[in-house]
Order: sequence, then C-alpha cells, then structure tokens
Amino acid sequence: MILSKEHELMRKNFRNFAETEFTKEIQDELDETGEFNWEIWNKMAKYGFAGTKIPVEYGGQGGDTLSYVLMNEEFARVCPVLAIYANTPNSLGGGPLLACGTEEQLQKYLTPAAQGKKHIVFALTEPGAGSDPGSMTTKAVQDGEYFVLNGRKCFISGAPFADYAIVYARTDLQSKGPKGISMFIVDMKLPGVSCGKPEHKMGINGYPTSDIILEDVRVHQSDLLGPLHKGYAVAMKTLDGGRIGVAAQSLGCAQGALEESIAYAKERKQFGKPISYNQGISFMLADMATEIEAARTLLYTTAQAKDAGDPNASMLCSMAKYYCSEMANRVCAKAVQIHGGYGYIKEYKVERFYRDARIMTLYEGTSQVQQIVISRSLLK
Amino acid sequence: MNIVVCIKQVPDTAGGVKFNPDGTLDRASMLAIMNPDDKAGLEAALRIKDATGAKVTVLTMGLPKADVMLREAMAMGADEAILVTDRVLGGADTWATSSTVAAAVKKLDYDLIITGRQAIDGDTAQVGPQIAEHLGLPVISYAEDIKVEGDSVVVKRQYEDRYHMVKAKMPCLITALSELNEPRYMTPGGIFDAYDEKEVTVWGRADLTDLDDANIGLAGSPTKIAKASDKVAKGAGEKVNLDPTESVNYLMEKFREKHII
Repeated sequence: MILSKEHELMRKNFRNFAETEFTKEIQDELDETGEFNWEIWNKMAKYGFAGTKIPVEYGGQGGDTLSYVLMNEEFARVCPVLAIYANTPNSLGGGPLLACGTEEQLQKYLTPAAQGKKHIVFALTEPGAGSDPGSMTTKAVQDGEYFVLNGRKCFISGAPFADYAIVYARTDLQSKGPKGISMFIVDMKLPGVSCGKPEHKMGINGYPTSDIILEDVRVHQSDLLGPLHKGYAVAMKTLDGGRIGVAAQSLGCAQGALEESIAYAKERKQFGKPISYNQGISFMLADMATEIEAARTLLYTTAQAKDAGDPNASMLCSMAKYYCSEMANRVCAKAVQIHGGYGYIKEYKVERFYRDARIMTLYEGTSQVQQIVISRSLLK
Repeated sequence: MNIVVCIKQVPDTAGGVKFNPDGTLDRASMLAIMNPDDKAGLEAALRIKDATGAKVTVLTMGLPKADVMLREAMAMGADEAILVTDRVLGGADTWATSSTVAAAVKKLDYDLIITGRQAIDGDTAQVGPQIAEHLGLPVISYAEDIKVEGDSVVVKRQYEDRYHMVKAKMPCLITALSELNEPRYMTPGGIFDAYDEKEVTVWGRADLTDLDDANIGLAGSPTKIAKASDKVAKGAGEKVNLDPTESVNYLMEKFREKHII
C-alpha cells in the first residue's frame, strides 16, 4: 500500500523515536530484570503515544487504526516489548471503555489512560478459561449499590503496575458460556484486590504479567461497564482491535529480524566470501522479505477496512493476526539460522526477536482461535 | 513576539553521500531531512514559544517537496509555514539565497530570526549572517544557548576554546548549533493538524517585490560551482618496519606531507 504523506510522516516520527530512545541499554535491562521502565513510558506518554488512536475529546491524539498500526510496527521493529507499552491503552485498556463507557466513565478512566497518567489493563483470562473465556468462574453478586467480586484472573499483562483493570465476571449465575457475563472497572487499590507474583516469561520481558486475585471486592455499580450480563460481546469486539495491534507487533518484529539478518549476511565471511553470496542464505532472505511484504499489505488493508466499517473487518483482523504472528515466527527462526551460532547468543539481537515472537501466536487469541473465527465467518 | 526560523531541506548524509556520474550530488537517492542545525534552531524557538507564547513561523526556499519538512515543523509546534519556490530561484549560491530569503522575511513581522549555523549539504555557514546583512540586523552566530530577557536576547556564543555571553537588542538574527538542544518529536495529533488544519503558504518570485532580479538564482550568483567530485579513495595501507623512534619520525613526516598536522 502506498501511504499518504500524513502516514509517511507518522511512520518517520515513530521510527525516529524508537531508534533514538529504545537504546540497547534499556532493552537489555528490561530483558534481564523483567521490570517496567517508567522513564521510557513517561517519554512515550509525553508525545501522546499512549493515546494515538483515542479521540481528542478523551485526551487522545485522534488517530486512525493505520496510524496505530504504524506505531506498533515501528516500535516493535526496534523492541517488541516496548511496542506493548504504547499499545495497551490504545487497545485492550481503552477499547472496552470506548465501546460502551458512559461519558462520566470515559472522562474518569479513559482520559488519564490516553495521557499516560494511569494504567488500565484487560483482565479476561482465567486459569481454567483461556481460549474458552465463556467458561470463566469469576462471579459478581449484586449487593445493594455494589457488586461483590470473587475469582482469579491469570496472565494479565501489566497487572503489577495497573491502576485499574477491566474485569470480566459472571453476573447471571444461572447462565452458562458466553451469556450472563458483565464488565467492571476495578480500582486495583480496592480492598480484596491483590496480584500474584510476576510470571517468569520466555520473552517480552519488561512488561510484567501476573494474576489478579479478587476476594470479596466491592465494586460500585457506577463502575459497571456497559449493559449488565452483556460484557462478552464487548470483549470479543475489543479483541479485534487488540489483534491488529499484535499483528503489527509481529510485523515489526519480523522486519527487525530481517534487517539484522541482511546486515549480518553481508558482513559475515566464510569460505572467503560473505555468506550472502550463497543461495542457501540469500534465498532465505528473499523468502523472509516476501512474506513480510505480503503480511504488511494484509495488515494495512485490514486497518483501513476496520475504520471503514467493512463487515468483514473482524475476520480480516483474525487473518492479519494469524498470518503476521506465524510469519514472524518463521522469519525469526530463519534470522537465528542465518546468524549461525552467534544467533544463539544474547549479544545478538535476533535471539530476543526469536523469543519475543513466540508469544504472538498465543496471546489475544491463539492461531487456532483465529482459525475458528476465520472459518466460522466463511461458513456462516 | 514573532520568531522566524529559516530551515532547509537537505539530503541525509548520515548514511553516506551518493554522486551522479557527472559528479553532482544524487539527491534523488538520498533521504531528505530537516537540516540538523536548523532543527535545533526551531526547537529553540519552540521553547521560547512554550515560555512566552511567541508566534513561530518557519520559512524555507526550495523545491515543492520541501512541503513535507514544513509540515514536520508545524507538527513539532510551529504556527505558520512559508515555502518560497520558483524555478528562477534555482542554482543559487549563498548570496542569491540570502537575498531571496531576506526579501521573504521582509514581508513578515519579526523580532527574532533564527537560522542554523550551517547546512550539512553546502557546509558554508554563510546564509544566516548574509540575511542579517541584507536586513541590517545584528547577528550572533554559533549559539549554544539562547535566552530572551525583555526586548533583548542573551546568547552563549561558542568559540573553539571558549564561549562569549552576548546580549543584543531585538530584532536580531541568531545562528544555532545542533548542540543547542535535543529537538522534540512530533505528536500524532500534531501530524494530523499539520495536514488537516494548517496550510503552507507558497510564495513565488512574483510575491517577493523587494528583490532585484540581479540577485536571484544561478544568474544572480557571484560564485559558480565549476566541478564536483567524490573524494579519491585511499589506496592500500603501507607497512613500515623501523625501530620505534624512526617509525614515529616517519609517521610524523607523512602526516605533515598530507597536512594532517
């Protein structure tokens, strides 16, 4: 796709920011400690990246989905985990609020999130309810003006430093499956809310992930988000937007790995010539670049289809997420291969891309869930 | 307070320089960027704007594609942008460039004019001071720090081994060093505004009334570039096998020969 001048400038700005600010020191520290870096977060927030896609009236930048995609892609090209920093408020954090928040809720919760002053995370998954979130067991029982929440959420990205969580809980205890589920905005400082220890992950270290445990948490009815018993559909709709974000993250990760591989293949000499002179290597590079370009076209088209209200947008989001994330894994594996033994050493960037890419076929719906969405859409 | 910042679109020389077979710069194959010193000058103006609410106008003379750079400046926070573009202005040396830019600046309200110290393509560092001459203004070049105090500016002016603090009454012209500051990034909202809400004013030759035809373009340039060529590549290295003192003497002699020392 040929980008408009506006989007070209957008890409240039995101690239310039990532290349300048996402230093090797910051990336190494994030990978080693697994801790959140407030300094780089504040910098991103200062330039409005926490609200790229959020409307201006709620403190955001009023961007379209393509701008948001470009941000995730360019950030992930340098550092996939730092792409998540700016992504969350724009997608899973802000999405449910934008979909059905009242004006009061939007002002109170979305505006500070879009400005990067508060963190909102998305809490859907449970130990027994992953790809099948309809089987969740977290309950919310009404008691006067309050709902009393009990249950446990797991793998919640950003939970350890979150100010608020969008929590899904069953409000209609008679219903089963996706029915009878509601959304709540839970202040993480409420009595009864606690977090598990940050998970020790394979990749995307530097964005802490943990359980959220809810024990008799009293949430005021004004923090019920959207209609009672009907939160599931909103979760699914929000995930469409999140899936585009993961697709963009995957694309950027693959692009970064390709660029590293091209540079290495030109510089590394064996048998008296650069390894790029061997077709075994150069054809791998050609395959990687071709897959990336195909993925990019699918993703950008999907972003535009979503903004245009295309009826196929939901299926396209799944296709983009499915293809881009699987592609990123193929590309990153080849990138390690081209680097040879050095590619297995942490000094070389491709090792981290390879580990980071692995989550992308899993979170915000596994590849298998995407296949379900795509095939159902085809066969309906 | 009105600040005019003169900026130039230049090829990005960071990734190396490419030449056409005839020896001229292959501008088409190189990325175009805002000249780094100019960007620092713009940032300095924007900081004065943040502190005092000054109005910042960016001005450039160049090809129509310089529009992108002006949008970038507006996305960073400049209020207005002016593009001076006309075929008859092409091929200008520093005299013709400064005459033209000064004629454009004369049409604007200004208290302070900021330019970069020098552009990374021409490397002359002449245009800023020449604009000041054309306008009859004091000039402070090589600014490392700029402060506004009432109707004056206080500038830290860099020398090779020292700096001077220079105070000048406005209006005046300052040329900025890229060491002056770290320019801000654009914001996504700023980029939207730069394209959807703001306009670039385009001026041609006819709009510059206070300008003599004898002072513009290639024809109005006292200097002409006779020839341009790439640097001659270094030959193979030389290995010397002498005792340490003799080696040092040999090296020093070679350095002197090549005017390195």
